[in-house]
Amino acid sequence: MAVQTYRDALRDAMYEEMERDERVFLMGEEVGHYQGAYKVSQGLLERFGERRVVDAPIAEGGFAGVGIGAAMVGLKPIIEFMTWNFSFVAFDQIVSNASKIFQMSGGAIPVPVVFRGPNGAARQVAAQHSHSVDGLYAHFPGLQVVIPSTPADAKGLLKTAIRDEPNPVIFLEGETLYGLKGEVGGADDLIPFGKARIGREGSDVTVIAWGRCYYEALSAAEAVAERGIECEVIDPRTLRPLDIDALVTSVEKTHRCVIVHEHLPYGGVGAEIVDQIQRFAFDALDAPIIRVGSRDLPMPYASNLESLVLPTVERVVEAIEAVTYAES
Amino acid sequence: MVERAQTNAAKRAPARKTSGGSKAAGSARVLGASAGKKSTKGKGDKAQAKAPDAASAKPSDAQRKPKEAAEAKATKRSKGAGEPSAAKRKKATGSRGKLAGRRDELLGYFRKMYEIRRFEEESARGYAQGKIGGFLHLYIGQEAVGVGISAALEQEDYLFQSYRDHGVALARGMSANAAMAELYGKDTGCSRGLGGSMHFFDVANNFLGGYGIVGGQIPLAAGTAFKSKYTQDGRVTVCLFGDGATNIAGFHEALSLAGLWKLPVIFVCENNEYSMGTPMHRTSPVKDIADKGPGYGMEGVICEGHDVLQVKACMAEVVERARTGGGPTLVEMKTYRFRGHSISDPAKYRTDEEVKTRKAQDPLVVCRKHLAAAGVSDEELAAIEEEIEAVVQAAVAFAEDSEPAKVEVMENAVYAPLEA
Ligand SMILES: Cc1ncc(C[n+]2csc(CCOP(=O)(O)OP(=O)(O)O)c2C)c(N)n1
Ligand SMILES: [Mg+2]
Repeated sequence: MAVQTYRDALRDAMYEEMERDERVFLMGEEVGHYQGAYKVSQGLLERFGERRVVDAPIAEGGFAGVGIGAAMVGLKPIIEFMTWNFSFVAFDQIVSNASKIFQMSGGAIPVPVVFRGPNGAARQVAAQHSHSVDGLYAHFPGLQVVIPSTPADAKGLLKTAIRDEPNPVIFLEGETLYGLKGEVGGADDLIPFGKARIGREGSDVTVIAWGRCYYEALSAAEAVAERGIECEVIDPRTLRPLDIDALVTSVEKTHRCVIVHEHLPYGGVGAEIVDQIQRFAFDALDAPIIRVGSRDLPMPYASNLESLVLPTVERVVEAIEAVTYAES
Repeated sequence: MVERAQTNAAKRAPARKTSGGSKAAGSARVLGASAGKKSTKGKGDKAQAKAPDAASAKPSDAQRKPKEAAEAKATKRSKGAGEPSAAKRKKATGSRGKLAGRRDELLGYFRKMYEIRRFEEESARGYAQGKIGGFLHLYIGQEAVGVGISAALEQEDYLFQSYRDHGVALARGMSANAAMAELYGKDTGCSRGLGGSMHFFDVANNFLGGYGIVGGQIPLAAGTAFKSKYTQDGRVTVCLFGDGATNIAGFHEALSLAGLWKLPVIFVCENNEYSMGTPMHRTSPVKDIADKGPGYGMEGVICEGHDVLQVKACMAEVVERARTGGGPTLVEMKTYRFRGHSISDPAKYRTDEEVKTRKAQDPLVVCRKHLAAAGVSDEELAAIEEEIEAVVQAAVAFAEDSEPAKVEVMENAVYAPLEA
């Protein structure tokens, strides 16, 4: 297997799928001549030309709609948001149109469009640029929400997303993950939606985490392992569909559960998982499930405050201690 | 006023020319070029000289409400209105005598522009040292726009800007201390360390913020102008944004509303020719942003944004029109940023040649020429530069020494957040 950065894995997924299927094109701000604001589309313009790698002006509502419309009549658009924060000006298109059209048309009109870009806080980019939108978009039936944490998942899941029909896909990357290296699959290695991945096996606590938080969970697991607490770290990889069976199976083994996510804590995917686990595995639980998320505040700029708002390894460790009733 | 501009636009559209040699049909006239002079008749193409004169077309003053008519006359009298495009692209160097009378005014502009320049250079340094984080968008090259606009405003007028906000905030009267402390994430910062570079606020100076989502501030400006019309408070709102922002929905919806309701707001596009790495010819089907105004019932005017005198003159006229009930204007400031889009952008998409050419029109250099014409000596300017240097260094020291941003501020400004 080849070793690649998360960034290059995404690029190759697009490259390979564009080679394979003429209907696939990429559109977004700075995706072509600039090679991507985060260089994810490096080289694609040179290979596929301006017809299929389309630089769009700052008009997210417009080009999100263009993607949806083109998908309705047979193209397979990949629409890049420079970051997901900017998808809010396209929210109406995604929510009112993309998520609804297939069902609203009685199943007559598929909408096979992929919306992708970096999700979540970077460093000190303050209130308007630090959103984790996973909880938000997972709210809407009709959308599939994919959030890979490793280069292999990034490639395999993006390929699946591009080939998928008929529903639109929300594909959430991470600015702080782009440089991460790991082994990736080949041109035909697709990863199905709705299949969680166990990142670390353990018997004492199930720690569920995705996106950037997967790494906070792994670090916390390592930290408590020194004290004999063995965590099972699971990455659901797709939030809609959600592999609840894998999560429940793990909790039935460990009897304890911590959920780590970056999105805001009021409602969201974390709360949804808590609900499902307590319904499906109530008898297995030996402690209340604890969620570690961002604090319930707009993101402050100052780094001393930002680090209080974001979920940290320390907060995950505390949560693990709490569910195991361990002394810190 | 507004209806006239529209009709004029339609009438003269095919005949329009700009100094840039655009072939596109458009309606924008060029304002501000007569700075330092009395109102002049255009010396260029006659048809042009006549057509764009917004203050001389119908509907007749009698057809309007009395107050409006009186105000229209006032506008008519104000200099520079209706100057033709190409003919008015002359520099505002003016005669030596005229500028001598504006010596103190010019010194004030120079002082402020130099402060902005040095402030931005220091913030770049602070960023390189890791003392400033996040995104940092510098205003270097665009100083004349912010300073010229501020000079045309009253203290009580409202001002909005995008994330490229340091220079405009300073021009509006924010202290360098409060600005630098914000970049350092300190409690003494203008947003108490919560906003950072992109989100400066200064209520005392009616600077209502820097905004990070492209175009997000534009409808807000229509909102403050709505308040002014609602309460008849006589204030005007100025809203700045970039060329790239004129493609986003917020721009179009805000202009739609402001044009419809004749709100007292000036939409100022700082056309620095690029949105991030993309040159304007790849983002806009029209060459001049000003051409986007008439479709929303407002005049579009073009101003040379590297010359603070032209900016001031242009803004003075359209602000007066807005203040006296004549409605909104879309102003396009032709400007250029000397640095990358943000501090992390090496700006490889521009040639050295291009940057060099544009640096020849550095707003500070242009201002120095005016100052020389006004009889200001180099020694005088050197003394000012030294003074400003002290101000900027003091701001850095102030930022370094200030207390970090406070948890209470972050928590107490949100209603009933969930417990940590
Ligand atoms: C809705 C939205 N889309 C994308 C971005 C990312 N972005 C920030 S600034 C910028 C370019 C803006 O260019 P322009 O409006 O010309 O302003 P300038 O930076 O040149 O002052 C882009 C694409 C954003 N902040 N908001
Ligand atoms: Mg620009």
